[in-house]
This record gives sequence, structure tokens and C-alpha cells, in this order.
Amino acid sequence: MSEAPAAPRAVSADPARAHGIDLLLKPPPPRAGWRLLPARVGAMCAVELQKLRHDRTELYTRAVQPALWLLIFGQTFTRIKAIPTGGIPYVDYLAPGIIAQSAMFIAIFYGIQIIWERDAGVLNKLLVTPTPRSALITGKAFAAGVKSLVQAVVVLLIAALLGVALTWNPLKLLAVAAIVVLGSAFFSCLSMTIAGIVLSRDRLMGIGQAITMPLFFGSNALYPVSVMPGWLQSVSTANPLSYEVDALRGLLLGTPHHLASDFAVLFVAAAPGVTAASALLGRLAR
Amino acid sequence: MTPDTAPPGTARADAVACAGLTYAFGDHNAVDGLDLTVRQGEVFGLLGPNGAGKTTAIRCITTLLPVPAGMVRVFGHDTAGDRMAVRRLLGYVPQQLSADAGLTGRENVALFARVFDVSRGERAERVTQALAAVDLAEAADRLAATYSGGMVRRLELAQALVSAPRLLILDEPTIGLDPIARTGVWEHIGAVREATGMTVLVTTHYMDEADQYCDRVALMHRGRIRALGTPAELRAGLGARRSAAGAAHKAPPTLEDVFRDVAGSGLDDEAGDFRDVRSTRRTARRVG
Ligand SMILES: Nc1ncnc2c1ncn2[C@@H]1O[C@H](COP(=O)(O)OP(=O)(O)OP(=O)(O)O)[C@@H](O)[C@H]1O
Ligand SMILES: [Mg+2]
Repeated sequence: MSEAPAAPRAVSADPARAHGIDLLLKPPPPRAGWRLLPARVGAMCAVELQKLRHDRTELYTRAVQPALWLLIFGQTFTRIKAIPTGGIPYVDYLAPGIIAQSAMFIAIFYGIQIIWERDAGVLNKLLVTPTPRSALITGKAFAAGVKSLVQAVVVLLIAALLGVALTWNPLKLLAVAAIVVLGSAFFSCLSMTIAGIVLSRDRLMGIGQAITMPLFFGSNALYPVSVMPGWLQSVSTANPLSYEVDALRGLLLGTPHHLASDFAVLFVAAAPGVTAASALLGRLAR
Repeated sequence: MTPDTAPPGTARADAVACAGLTYAFGDHNAVDGLDLTVRQGEVFGLLGPNGAGKTTAIRCITTLLPVPAGMVRVFGHDTAGDRMAVRRLLGYVPQQLSADAGLTGRENVALFARVFDVSRGERAERVTQALAAVDLAEAADRLAATYSGGMVRRLELAQALVSAPRLLILDEPTIGLDPIARTGVWEHIGAVREATGMTVLVTTHYMDEADQYCDRVALMHRGRIRALGTPAELRAGLGARRSAAGAAHKAPPTLEDVFRDVAGSGLDDEAGDFRDVRSTRRTARRVG
């Protein structure tokens, strides 16, 4: 069974064999420090887009809920005029809130993907590449942002079909994209942080479901902060989703907004999110 | 994040040097004072029963598990202090199948080219070469979900090879594969090795493979090395001990006999607990 002698394995390259693998003989030169992070972010985003291209079912199924919100909730409340929207039709008022909500749903469940990648061995392999954990998490956060952005485009189109008067100013749309990516980066880091704590898909699923609704209802996505009871107003103040909605509403509809502080809050929220998720990533790898 | 500027002595440094490597899960020492040296350019086989600590040792060497400074060096770089430099030298294929089923073969390899900083101009060609080197050129643009177990293993090999690693670490690369697929994996490893002169550290439960393809093997049991040498040396050693003991064995011992001699025959409560068997089964199922 084991009689065959080990074949001699000279280190000299056999020209016939070596033909066609010359590039595999030299390691790629390492990228300079500051260029590493954007490169990793690019790599993770590219993977997310490739996956979306191969399988669009998630994109379509995830479009159902926001469509129903706008169609049923939006149109009904537009007719009853029960919510003070500052003079715009309620469905218009609602649309930015639903964009933010559907982006948040994607991001909040992003941690499940990390646990799946851990179980499948993909995460372990990525952790053995020259990628610092913070760069990996930042890359994943932006990848979640890209996924959310594609979803936001879908919701935006649905809203436009329903006759919502949205801006088509390219600069403002660019800012909308930035806000969606930033908000999703925060919520995906929150999700990946929880993933690093609970370590199992089922528990993360439960926690995700438990926190998405309070985050959604405890924000200005459905109604202005002014109609909320006092305690809910303080919840809304601490809720990054409210800042995301405020910015989106201001950009898309031209309502009064606090764009600079919204950006600042989302940015300041995302940074510790990356730190916490990176610190806990090691637990997932063990 | 400093580039690998080859500190003094690196040219002659061993590919892997573990000194008293110990790693515990809870109060159980999965690796328990492991001393291991893998020389540059050799194919080194790490053998041992389920639960011996092979995977844990490999995960320490690949920087996945944190170990104190001074315990593990890869080409002279300490895995505790110099993680990025170590990772740049490694290609790693874990025990379980780990290609991303939602991507094509080409995209799977391209991801690893990107995270190893292969420049944009060179990326496509390098990915093509890596895929061709493992005979996946034709299947490259199919989703990995449609691959057979043997193809996934070869794809993982391409992912590991695209960065031109100096040390290729393979944790049971042939588990669950049919004999032809097994030979295929080994032949591709051998061909690339011949061209690049890289070092290979491999674990396997197939003693015939270890005998045929490894330059040296170490037999690990309960977290430690119990026997070390070329397959021929180990076989001859057992043969000599047997004749010294006066045992009348007709056939000369095989590497499997050496394995049984070291790991003990029959069931061992400590080795191979439920987790190990379960994870092995899971891998086998995913492959099958
Ligand atoms: N994540 C973990 N948590 C707790 N214990 C673990 C963990 N991983 C491994 N162990 C334990 O450490 C010991 C060594 O496991 P390891 O996976 O390194 O063995 P192995 O030699 O690779 O076995 P196999 O041949 O089955 O792959 C076993 O007793 C195992 O139960
Ligand atoms: Mg193992």
C-alpha cells in the first residue's frame, strides 16, 4: 500500500511545467499602509455586488415589504391626513423613512452573513490574509452599505412610480447614497458586534428581530418627533435611524433638515461600531 | 504593516519553528508543549488521531489563534508580533471546504488576489494562471455551488496559490475525496511545488498519502509529537523494535502500523470526542 518511494522533488523548475504559471512564482508587493484600507473595502464591496448579480431573489423579496408600506400605509394615511407632515402628502413624507428602514433591515441582519461565513470557513481564510481585523470589518460594513444602496434604489423607484415628488438633483442623490451607506455601516457594525457576542445565527436572528421594530418605531420614519410622547422623543434622539431619516427627507424632499449634524452623528456612531465589531471578531474565529 | 524586509537570518530560517507551543480550550490543553520544525522546501506531514491537536496547532501557526511571543516563528517572523508579515507568506486551506458557493470559481480566486494586494494590471492573468494550475480553467466561470468536492478542494488550492505563498498549509486536503480526486489534489500540489520550491505543511489521516508524498512526518498524539522522521525511518524504526522484542511479524511494518503503535490501538476516551467526529462528518458530507 505504501511501497511507492517518494518521487525526487528537485526545486529546479521544469520549464514545461513552469510554463503558464510564471506569475505564481513571485509574491505581489505589499500595498503601502494608507492604501490598504480602501483596497480591502473595494474587495469586499466587489464580492457583495458579484453575489447580487448571481442571485437577485433577495433583492426582489426584500422589495415587497417597503412596497407594501408605501402602497398601503402611505396611501391610506395620505387620505386621512392624521399625521402633521408640514403640508406634503404623507406618502412623500413616508418614502425617505421606508428607504432608511429597508436599508437598516439589510444591515441589521448582516451579522448573520458573518456567522455563516465563519461556519463555512470563509471568514477564517480571510483572517489569514494580510488584512487587519478593523479593515475586514470596515470592508464588510461598506459591503453592507452597497447592498443597502442597491435596495434603496429599488425603493426609490417604487416611490417614484407611486408619484412621490423626489429630487433628481445628482449632487443630492450622491449625498443620499453617502447617508445610506453610512447608516448601514453603523447598523451592520452593530449587528456584527452582536454576532461576536452571541456567536450563533439563531440567537442573532432573535435579537435582530427584537431590535429592528423598536428602532423603526422609535424613530421619525413614520411620524415627526413632535407628535411623540416625551419618552419616545428621547429614544428617537438617541436613535441613529432618526438622523438618517432626517437627512434623507431633507435631501429628497427639501424639508427642513440638519444635514451637517446628521452626517456627523452617523459618522461618530459608525466609528466605535467598527472598533467594537473588530475587537469581537477574534471570538468568532476561535 | 511593515513589508517583509527579511530580517537577518531569514534566508536560512526554518519555514515553521514551534517551541513548546501550548494552546488550551478552557482547561484542556489541545496542544501541549509542541516542538516542531519544518525546513524550507520540504513537504511535512502532521499525522495523528482525531483530537490530537493538529488543527489547533495549524490555527496557531496561521495566526488565527493568539499565542504568546516566542512560541511560533514562520520564516523567522514571530506570529505574535509580526502577524501581517507571517500572513503574507502563507497560503491556507482549512479542514472544512471553504469556497464561497455564491461566487464563481474565478471570483473566489480574484477575491484572494485582491486581499493579497495583487495589482489591478496583473490580477486577471494571475487568477487565470492559478485556476489553470489546478485544472479549473474550463469551470472557472461556473458558480462554486455547482462544483464537486474535488473541484472545490482544487479551487481552494488556487485561492491559496494566487498570492505565491512560501508556505502552503493544508489541513486534511483530501478528506472525503474519492481516490482519483485525492491523487489529483496531490499531483497539483506537487506540480506547483516543483516550480516554486515552496514549503508544504499538510495533515492527513491517509497513511498511504503521507508515505508517498511527504518528505518527513510527525506523529502527534494528545497535543505532542510522539514520533518524527522520514516515513522510511519511522517504518524501519518500528521494524527494528519489533525484531528486538522478538515478535514474529512477517510483513515489514507500514506507516499505518507506526500510527497504531504511537496512537495506541482500540478506543481512546480522550482522543476523538464527539466534536471531532461531528466536524469530520460534516466535512465529509459537504464534500460528498
Ligand atoms: N473551538 C474549540 N472549542 C473547544 N475545544 C476545541 C475547539 N477546537 C478544538 N477543540 C478540542 O481540542 C482538541 C484538539 O482538536 P483539533 O481539532 O486540533 O484536533 P485534530 O487533530 O485536528 O483532529 P481531527 O483529526 O479530528 O481534525 C480536541 O479535544 C477538541 O475537542
Ligand atoms: Mg483537524
